[in-house]
Amino acid sequence: MPASSATIHQHEYPNGLVLVAEEMPSVRSAAFTLLLPAGAAYEAAEELKVGGGAASMVCEWIARGAGTRDSRAMLEALDDLGVGHSESAQTVHASLAAATIGANLIPALELFADMAIRPRLDDREVEPIRALALQTLRSLDDDPASKVIYELRQRHFPSPWGRPSPGSADEVARTTPNELRTFRRAAHRPNGAILGVAGDLDWPRLRDEVGRLFGEWAAQPEPTLVERPSGPRVDHINRETQQIQIAMALPAAPVASDDYYPARAAAAILGGYSSARLFTEVREKRGLCYSVYASYEAQLGRGAMICHAGTSVERAQETLDVMLAELRRLGEKGVGAEELDTMRAGLKSSLIMAQESSMSRSSALAADWYFLGRVRPLTEIAAALDALTPEMVADYARRSLNLDDLTILTLGPNPLTVRLPG
Amino acid sequence: MRFHQTTLDNGLEVIAELNDDAHSIAAGFFVKAGSRDEAADVAGVSHFLEHMTFKGTTSRDALAVNFDFDRVGAKHNAQTSEEDTFYHFTSLPEYLPKAFDVLADILRPTLREEDFETEKKVIIEEILMYMDNPMSVAYEAAKAAHFAGHPLGNSILGTVESITALKADQMRAYFGGRYSPSNIVLGFAGKGNWDELVNLASSHCGAWTGGGAPARLAEPVRGARAFQSILREEDQQETIVGVGDGPPLESDDRYAAHLLATILGDHANSRLYWALIDPGHADGAELSYQDYNQAGGFYTFMSCEPDEAQANLGRIADVYRRAMAEGVSDQELTRAKNKVLARSVLRSERPMGRLATLGFNWVYRRDHMSLEREMEAYSSVSVNQIRRLLDEWPLWPMTIIAVGPATDLHAPE
Repeated sequence: MPASSATIHQHEYPNGLVLVAEEMPSVRSAAFTLLLPAGAAYEAAEELKVGGGAASMVCEWIARGAGTRDSRAMLEALDDLGVGHSESAQTVHASLAAATIGANLIPALELFADMAIRPRLDDREVEPIRALALQTLRSLDDDPASKVIYELRQRHFPSPWGRPSPGSADEVARTTPNELRTFRRAAHRPNGAILGVAGDLDWPRLRDEVGRLFGEWAAQPEPTLVERPSGPRVDHINRETQQIQIAMALPAAPVASDDYYPARAAAAILGGYSSARLFTEVREKRGLCYSVYASYEAQLGRGAMICHAGTSVERAQETLDVMLAELRRLGEKGVGAEELDTMRAGLKSSLIMAQESSMSRSSALAADWYFLGRVRPLTEIAAALDALTPEMVADYARRSLNLDDLTILTLGPNPLTVRLPG
Repeated sequence: MRFHQTTLDNGLEVIAELNDDAHSIAAGFFVKAGSRDEAADVAGVSHFLEHMTFKGTTSRDALAVNFDFDRVGAKHNAQTSEEDTFYHFTSLPEYLPKAFDVLADILRPTLREEDFETEKKVIIEEILMYMDNPMSVAYEAAKAAHFAGHPLGNSILGTVESITALKADQMRAYFGGRYSPSNIVLGFAGKGNWDELVNLASSHCGAWTGGGAPARLAEPVRGARAFQSILREEDQQETIVGVGDGPPLESDDRYAAHLLATILGDHANSRLYWALIDPGHADGAELSYQDYNQAGGFYTFMSCEPDEAQANLGRIADVYRRAMAEGVSDQELTRAKNKVLARSVLRSERPMGRLATLGFNWVYRRDHMSLEREMEAYSSVSVNQIRRLLDEWPLWPMTIIAVGPATDLHAPE
């Protein structure tokens, strides 16, 4: 593994904003990811209580004019700098991300500082934004494979940590401009925000310029979130589709835990690539479906393993039964040494190849800081992967993969029978 | 960046663009075989064959193919289009020999009867999956209606009926005709040593046999400008795909065509964006340019509330008619160039991002299109060239397919 720890820098500004950056000598581009504690979960904060979808609507609103620029001038300025960009809310964070050639990094950051600190928030933009938000919800309804995962998260994670960022149609329809303003003021704040920057950059200059651009951003009190139970654990959504979507979630170790690498290994060996168990048993041996996978998802202090398959009505029951049997087998029998080597090779290759993309590095830097309060050097990740043994993964799987903790959601013309094996 | 090229004795061409700063290397076989090469009785065979190559060879079964890629951490995949089947992986340079051993092996598959029947079920599931996606349904229908009988209108996946009826022998015959070494280009991009790559290619592919390159009937085509509305009452949104003719991949106008599509229909700050997305009339409205062998297409994609679909068709017509009447401005063209050039730079930082451009340029033009040359080609496009392009390839009228719950749509005046 290439040692890259020497090129990672970090700085915390007086208002709480954290900058983490990595110089990448082999690229001409630079990318940044600004994570704001302004995802859909914060819509439910005790002090705010705004409607579902507000976090996403605010992200659209701040991009429609900020600082001295109106909506059109803002998009033109981004185009002039060759900036590819996105502004979106997920459940935990709002994420403002951009990539361009290294020479344009600071001018691009200036535009995003305007969006974060000085958005115009013109009332006339709200109705078009509402129309877009409502259509996004309708389009999501027409996309069963995405829809089922949003609905699964909502049932699996304790509220508000499963809130879908597109919101709901009735709440999007009701949200007022003032509610959106209130949400933005409370949630788009520097304390709790993380700016990850990677690529062709000059660290001392970047640190000073970010201080100049974001220094006057005022900290705000942290909104109060109260966790509440969610569910139901087993559920079905009726739709006249060709295929039935099967989605499952199980609790998994969080990023900061000693069990993190075993948890990543368990998810990857179950369904992370084409020789993984789900693909082998469901698709290669039985031809039951086209798409089947398992993946690891993290929140602060919480992780989950998500499994998904889409398959026709007459094959769906068998697909579900095989997926459950594979979960059971992983919990009871653990993993083999060869499977673990395969998982290791895949994850290590991905880490090294990420060094070719400033965009993926900038988001990885920000995510590491969020979960760990530091950035893991690649050498540390490689060493942890090397130290993994089949026994460690088996031990983790035995302790953690309890099928009684499963959340299962299906979407399609008819429900399936959930037969927990064993 | 160093470019190399050679041809093996059996006709297989090998090309490489090598870059010592890369961390990985991408390798791929470009097979000139796609849905446009299929007769009606084998509809979908190119794509089905792509799946079957991963089902095993004389020395590996399907599980071994997957395992042997994965255990060296190679990210592998394949895609079938109207005219090409592209098999590829990216790996760390030290694992290239092992990963390439698998990729070269599967290009000579056994096509076993039993695997054929199992994989048939997977293909049918893939077709059903796309039937649940309104944009896929509209896109397939739009190509079929526009190219009306021309092979470019063939479905890549085929239908449940055509796949069910397909026999393994028909696939074997198709393979024999299309997978000869002289119909395949092998490309590499990233960190590697040319002599070692040539040795790898010779030792793994040098013994491949097959006839000469098969002829492709690539007749120029002008589309039908048809209008069709497909009722799907269960959909929430109306989904619209439009197709107009454009310059073929043989034409130097393809760079101007791409810039024109960016000006009119990029996902942000384009004329369609300001006419449809910014005011909230649609949640998606884009124009893109697709080049083919001796043909080209401007594709319009739109998603909106069913009640708004008729008005939005009118808005799209206005955008295209205005462009045809007035052309584009210098400022718009400069912005589009900035956007396209920055995207090219970013994409090219990954070996996989270079490999596709490199390979397809070689397959169809026998030309090494370096990033610098590509950037020059975009930079030199003028507003006059776009003016001429719009005269030669009018965007409006176009073929229009609407999919969704709307019942009374009609072609705008």
